[in-house]
Amino acid sequence: MSAVASTAPQIGADAPAARAARWTAYAIVGIGALFMLAPFWLMFVFATHSRGEIFNLPPPLWFGDDLAANFKLLTERIPFWRNLGWSVYVALMATVLTLLFCSMAGYAFALMEFRFKKALFGLVMATMLLPSFMNMIPMFMIMDALGWIDQQRALYVPGAASAFGIFLMRQFASTAVPRELIEAARMDGCGEFSIYWRIVLPLMKPALGTLALITFIQSWNNFINPLIVMRSTPNYTLPLALRSLQSTLNTEWGALMCGSAIATIPLIVLFAITSRQLIAGLTAGAVK
Amino acid sequence: MKLPDFLRLSPKWAPYVFISPFVLLFVVFSVFPLCFSLYLAFQSWEPTGGLRAMEFVGFSNFAFALKDSWFWMSLKNTLWLAVASGVPQHLVALPLAAFIHTSFKRLRDGVIAVYFLPYITSTVAIAIMFGSLFSKDYGVINATLASLFGMEHVDWLTNSVHIKPAIAFIVFWRYVGFNTVLYLAAMQTIPGELYEAATLDGASRLRQFFHITLPSIKPMIFFGVTLSVIGGLQLFEEPFILTGGKGGPQQAAMTSAVYLFREAFDFNDFGGASAMSWLLFLVVALLTWITNIAFRTRKGATQ
Repeated sequence: MSAVASTAPQIGADAPAARAARWTAYAIVGIGALFMLAPFWLMFVFATHSRGEIFNLPPPLWFGDDLAANFKLLTERIPFWRNLGWSVYVALMATVLTLLFCSMAGYAFALMEFRFKKALFGLVMATMLLPSFMNMIPMFMIMDALGWIDQQRALYVPGAASAFGIFLMRQFASTAVPRELIEAARMDGCGEFSIYWRIVLPLMKPALGTLALITFIQSWNNFINPLIVMRSTPNYTLPLALRSLQSTLNTEWGALMCGSAIATIPLIVLFAITSRQLIAGLTAGAVK
Repeated sequence: MKLPDFLRLSPKWAPYVFISPFVLLFVVFSVFPLCFSLYLAFQSWEPTGGLRAMEFVGFSNFAFALKDSWFWMSLKNTLWLAVASGVPQHLVALPLAAFIHTSFKRLRDGVIAVYFLPYITSTVAIAIMFGSLFSKDYGVINATLASLFGMEHVDWLTNSVHIKPAIAFIVFWRYVGFNTVLYLAAMQTIPGELYEAATLDGASRLRQFFHITLPSIKPMIFFGVTLSVIGGLQLFEEPFILTGGKGGPQQAAMTSAVYLFREAFDFNDFGGASAMSWLLFLVVALLTWITNIAFRTRKGATQ
């Protein structure tokens, strides 16, 4: 997706009607943008107010001074630092494994010949269309059989064989890695692993970056898998821990908002830096 | 770095070595579970009995699901939510993408990022956020509606009639930006000369939208609608979190995926839940196919 080359109809600055149309577009898109951002704004504002203040009428629209108290309450209710640590650990492990396995397989699918290649790739792509609920029950049973219930590896190992990852890697490798280069390296006596490690991987850097971002965010936000396999609060990742807070009576909204805000900030920062790359990657399947 | 000869990987075997970690995980965590769930759909089994306690029961799990009133109700809920959140998504995303496409240049990336932000935010954070905004007596949404239109406070999350629109609204808010980005990407491939020629012929912007933009991006509309159908029928996290995992007042927000989860993990009927998951899979496949047909005939008509 290229956002640079715009084919948009250009509007002459002199025509008053066109000008009016443009300002209408600005207004509509602007109001819509506020509508998208407002819930985030309120979440951050509420994170700094006590429960009583949040439910004042009218509700607070600017920051209060209860952030520290909310955070303290949060750490009393859940082992927050541990949950945060597990979230980071699981997301990092998922990212490393996914990048490694998907780049290796994607390279093979794009540039090597082997038996059943087409059939295997077709099968992998078909699983991308399967509804996620199909996996819910068998996933639990496999984790149970492996003895992985309540263990973090149950969260990052299965996802490493990502169909989307293979798709992205194969797509990119087939255009970015020239066949001749690999043949030449082979002629020079370069081993297969060093070809992959020293030639293919460096050429795939942009796609690896995109896949890393997407995998990290998906793992960070993942709710269903931890819900199915994790059992004890100290082992929870952050989303699951926050959810457990909500289900108790007398929800401490201030603390809950504080936790949600902390879980959201890394995403917003990451997104602010990389939004173009990320959006292009997430819609890659659609555009190509 | 030179390896001894016996450790060097021959080009003949290299592809198999490169795909093996992926294939291993793919078989263990994707292919096998699918086959196993099909097997399980014909068994009667409670996990507390251990794997030996399985018993072949033929199609009775399927028969039970088809007679189960909660199964049909949850399917109806799911379809309702898919339509009520999906249709507005596309009706808003199309003109929105056209506005951004024609009028934004320097701010374009920033605007797109803002609309896309909810899509990458965790569902739990979103559900918690809206859980407070939708609360009855003191929620921001009721306060706003009351001050703007003098509306009485609505019990969004605790009333079986109101919880569906509340959840549909959250889903709409979350995915409208994703669809906008899809449509923007498609609009960027339309040649600018088409619009120039139309402007010279005196066609209004509205006519240009209906006669140039919409027909040109039809394949993307098909793709976007298909994604919404597939995604809408899997809806799980938003209703699950907002109703504390139970499905809401009178199960009004219990989607098929939520019921599936409860059937397995609350009611311990793994065989029944597996049978349901295959029935639902057929529904998803059928509706995707119908979407496909609908778009194909329309396309044929315009040609």
